[in-house]
Amino acid sequence: MADLTVEATGLRKNYGRRPAVRDLTLRVRRGEAFGFLGPNGAGKSTSVKMLLGLVRPSGGQALLLGHPVGTRAVRARVGFLPEHFRFYDWLSAHELVTFHGRLCGVPEQQLSRRVPQLLDRVGLGEQASKPIRAFSKGMMQRVGLAQAMVNNPDILFLDEPSSGLDPGGRKLVRDIIREQRDRGATVFLNSHLLGEVEQSCDRVAFIRAGEVVGEYEMDAWQMGDTHVEIQARHVSQAALTRLGGMVQHPHLEGERLRLRITNREQLPGVVRFLVECGAEVFSVTPQRVSLEDLFLQTMGSEPGL
Amino acid sequence: MSERVAQTSSSVISERIESFEASATDAAHALPRGPSAFATISLMARVTFREAARRRILWIALLAAAGFLALFAAGLHAMLSNMRQRQGLIQQREAAAMMCTMALYAGSMLTSLMAALTSCDTLSGELASGTIHAIATKPVNRWPLVLGKWTGFVAMLTLYVLLLEGGTITIASFDTGRQLPHTAAALALIWLQAMLLLSITMAASTRFSALTSGAISLGLYGLAFAGGWVEQYGALQHVRTCVNLGILSSLIMPSDALWRRAAVSLQPPLLSSAGVGPFASTLMPSNAMIIYAVLYASVALSLAMLLFERRDL
Repeated sequence: MADLTVEATGLRKNYGRRPAVRDLTLRVRRGEAFGFLGPNGAGKSTSVKMLLGLVRPSGGQALLLGHPVGTRAVRARVGFLPEHFRFYDWLSAHELVTFHGRLCGVPEQQLSRRVPQLLDRVGLGEQASKPIRAFSKGMMQRVGLAQAMVNNPDILFLDEPSSGLDPGGRKLVRDIIREQRDRGATVFLNSHLLGEVEQSCDRVAFIRAGEVVGEYEMDAWQMGDTHVEIQARHVSQAALTRLGGMVQHPHLEGERLRLRITNREQLPGVVRFLVECGAEVFSVTPQRVSLEDLFLQTMGSEPGL
Repeated sequence: MSERVAQTSSSVISERIESFEASATDAAHALPRGPSAFATISLMARVTFREAARRRILWIALLAAAGFLALFAAGLHAMLSNMRQRQGLIQQREAAAMMCTMALYAGSMLTSLMAALTSCDTLSGELASGTIHAIATKPVNRWPLVLGKWTGFVAMLTLYVLLLEGGTITIASFDTGRQLPHTAAALALIWLQAMLLLSITMAASTRFSALTSGAISLGLYGLAFAGGWVEQYGALQHVRTCVNLGILSSLIMPSDALWRRAAVSLQPPLLSSAGVGPFASTLMPSNAMIIYAVLYASVALSLAMLLFERRDL
């Protein structure tokens, strides 16, 4: 239990009679990058706000870093980049990050070292003294990342961090997620950009209508449940029938054999079997299910992000 | 089966929350808890004041106040120069006091408008834009954020009152060669009027939009203004109902009572009993009304902190 950073059980939020979150039950491990995905109106933002103590739950319970959510002790160890964030745009980037550092109670000596380092890290070292109102959306996002990391958080909530960023900026976000994870922090990522989530996260959860409807270890589903296309000649009907006992849905069209495996480790055995049955194998192409495919499968008929 | 697992883990979390609450004091010492309330208030006050300066609100307001004072000084000087040739010292002083009171009244209105208009956006605007989300997730209580913002506005409004109203009094004293009575008390009452508007606007902006918050506080200000006239006419014509309606309006919003008390304390007795209007007062609001106004502003400020502490962001 000690290695969990988020533990939520039956977390609910109603606005009047309208339920925004019905039953959020989640476990996020220390040091993992966790993707939180769902269509618009699924309750993602409300869930995150409940975990951060911005919104009081109507029911259920949650712990963050082993303590009840919303306490000052917990918030001292949390970083947050909100979606659609706006900052005091009359401040310079340096002043803004310093302001947030002071709100976190970071000592002045540490701040004077840490703020320039953070601004350099997000690529704003040379713009540190410029007022934020002169910044582009992408630069604002970078300042947001810097303020979220100013207290060296144990858990970093990033709500659409790549929004408005160019490819270089997106790579920066991926690198920062990796760095944070490598130093042992947990990253809780809420993003519409499934490709970014796929590249950055260790685990994802899908939320629909205020409930978690699926959780996947990225390695596990990338390793398993894969469609494979094999270019082969002389595959006999008998071999095809026997193959049905080893894999799912083997189907031959000319020289193209399509099948589905539940674990990538099965693949060498399949090739060996075909060769032993007298087939000539030219190529084997695993067709991995993308996170987008998985999202569409899980969300069903209303997958709109 | 899954329900049983959920129930079990829910009860485990409950136990851990209870044990956390039981050892809250230990936990408080073991974990960093962010800055003190005083540090947060000071930080927010400085940022709020700096916002007014950087967004040029402060400088434009001070420039407008300087223009106002220049106009008043020129007008007063011209009037006194003219009167010196034709009228006696007493008439000159009465006219100067009247003109000074008019300028102070205009100044008190400007200060109240300034208090409402600059603060109506501060909480509601940050709630609407989401600026507050990055701030309220820091390890601070929410009430020092509100109190800090309030303090920043207080600093700005104090500067404004001192320049506008203090400047008016100084110019009048310089031109007439006579110190107006009770100037410090009058300035304090005008300042309190601005604090009243500021606290009400901030309380409203924890729940309503910037426009609605401004409309609420200025609507109350207008109600008090109208109530003040009704009360004075009632006193002059000896209509008890009108006086009571005026008192009721002062209880709903004591801003006009504060102005009338300030006006009475600044005026020579002859002028203050001359008739009805914002510059004369046949009924002087009591000390109890001043204490009520202080309590009113304190309650409004406390309400702002409480509402902001409790609301979902």
